[in-house]
Amino acid sequence: MQFESILSVITANCAHVAPVVDENATPKIVIISLHDLKKVCQALYAHTDAYFDMLSCITAIDNGPQSATMEVIYSLYSIPYNHNVGLKVVVRRDEPAIDSVCDIWRTANWHEREAFDMFGIKFNGHPDLRRILMPADWVGCPLRKDYQQEGYYRDIKIEY
Amino acid sequence: MPTEGIQFKAVQDGLKLSEPNKLKEENLRAEEMIINLGPQHPSTHGVLRLEVLLDGEIVREVVPHIGYLHRCFEKHAENLPYNQIIPFVDRLDYVAAMNCEHVYAMGVERMLGISDQIPKRVEYIRVLMAELNRIGSHFIAIGTYGMDLGAFTPFFWLMRDREHLLRLLEWASGARLLYNYMWIGGLFYDLPVGFEQRCTEFLAYIKPKLKELDEILINNRIFIKRTASVGVLPMDLAINCSVTGPMLRASGLRFDLRKVDAYSVYPELDFDIPIGEGKMGAVGDCWDRTWVRMQEIHESIKICEQALARLTTDHQRTRDFDPQALVPKKIRPKAQDFYIRGETPKGELGFFFRADGKSDIPFRCKCRSCSFVNLSVLPEISKGILVADLIAIIGTIDVVMGEVDR
Repeated sequence: MQFESILSVITANCAHVAPVVDENATPKIVIISLHDLKKVCQALYAHTDAYFDMLSCITAIDNGPQSATMEVIYSLYSIPYNHNVGLKVVVRRDEPAIDSVCDIWRTANWHEREAFDMFGIKFNGHPDLRRILMPADWVGCPLRKDYQQEGYYRDIKIEY
Repeated sequence: MPTEGIQFKAVQDGLKLSEPNKLKEENLRAEEMIINLGPQHPSTHGVLRLEVLLDGEIVREVVPHIGYLHRCFEKHAENLPYNQIIPFVDRLDYVAAMNCEHVYAMGVERMLGISDQIPKRVEYIRVLMAELNRIGSHFIAIGTYGMDLGAFTPFFWLMRDREHLLRLLEWASGARLLYNYMWIGGLFYDLPVGFEQRCTEFLAYIKPKLKELDEILINNRIFIKRTASVGVLPMDLAINCSVTGPMLRASGLRFDLRKVDAYSVYPELDFDIPIGEGKMGAVGDCWDRTWVRMQEIHESIKICEQALARLTTDHQRTRDFDPQALVPKKIRPKAQDFYIRGETPKGELGFFFRADGKSDIPFRCKCRSCSFVNLSVLPEISKGILVADLIAIIGTIDVVMGEVDR
């Protein structure tokens, strides 16, 4: 199972923008458009040449206010082929929204909730999008680069 | 005298504001009720809160609430150099800190491109420490699980034996639980003189104790009645939920990252991967998960013995050996995205790094923790069971809240 054949599966399902490969990353990351994400994930999950049955991790990254983008990286793993690949999607920072992949991999549920909690990224079609680690009445998204810590939470002084 | 404690204004129904229930009271049908298990409850293994929808004694739905032990690991990691993150990594899975350190140090070394220069002696010491700690972690898992089900004695026995093990680790690193022993590029210190001897004695001491444990707990009739065919996790659900570690292996898949990724010196060591066989009930039940952990202790002992043999023959202590020789003065990886994973006692621990190439602080360090992912399967396998079985299932997931909440 070669990287080229995985890439061809991804390319065949990209309707909007052709995928770009980040050779520098380990494992290699394929950058795709966020409109193609759901279709590509479905194909990678179901295609007999790819068979990515395990979603190891969803990482959200904030690039800061200057670049006005955020990234979501899906680390996929195929148990039978022993193959890794990353999928990267770039979203706008002011209104981040992306399709949920919960119905493909159930593990995405909590990972996406964490990204919503820490970065404020909305996942369309998520069954239960609530804050997971922070309290429900917490203000702001703590892992954004421009996050300013509140001095008080319910009159409890927050000391760093 | 005024006190200096935390001051806050008490709000009525404060919990409902910060951690509101997912289930609504007005949607309940007759005879149904919502019960909170935790966050302060011994059988939830830390500060885990479970919102349980009960119909009499039957569990209809479970909603875990986590985050009570959130210590902002990822936020801290964005403000600290790579080497100073290691103490925070210890505090993720605080009963198996060596395993977490091993994965983390390995990841940064690979990013720097120095992983193939690490001396074999360093790698063997790392594997030895990690496997000792794996034994300790499984002791906690099995011991507290027995206590959840009402068996008190195994817990005390295992805690007694674990204390010997922690003494060994303390002797080497200076700390009982949070070691900061494995550094990027090497170790804090070489093994103390006489460690190999004492460790061999410990392994000889522990083996008959495991047999005792088998008799008192694993093959105990009451224990089997409580755990066999309870909380069955089918393999396809386990893979779809990304469950890893002993939980996945108990469901029947021979999948261990030590073999699959063949990192460190594991390919040079001979050990088996036990899987659940459904000896007492269905494959992937609570008994299988405990049994797999028990077998893994035996395998870890095997690995420790082989590592000790190598450390006293091929890679023995020399006067001029310096485990800190390769520790870089400045840790500045090239700009890259990097995902590293390794096998800890709970499953796949992963770190996603983004290095910007300009500083020795990671731009982003995401921790994919195995307890977090393993816990997310709990609502799926606990529908229509009894409350007592729910407690039995939580115990076998083997959550460490420090790792769930990070």
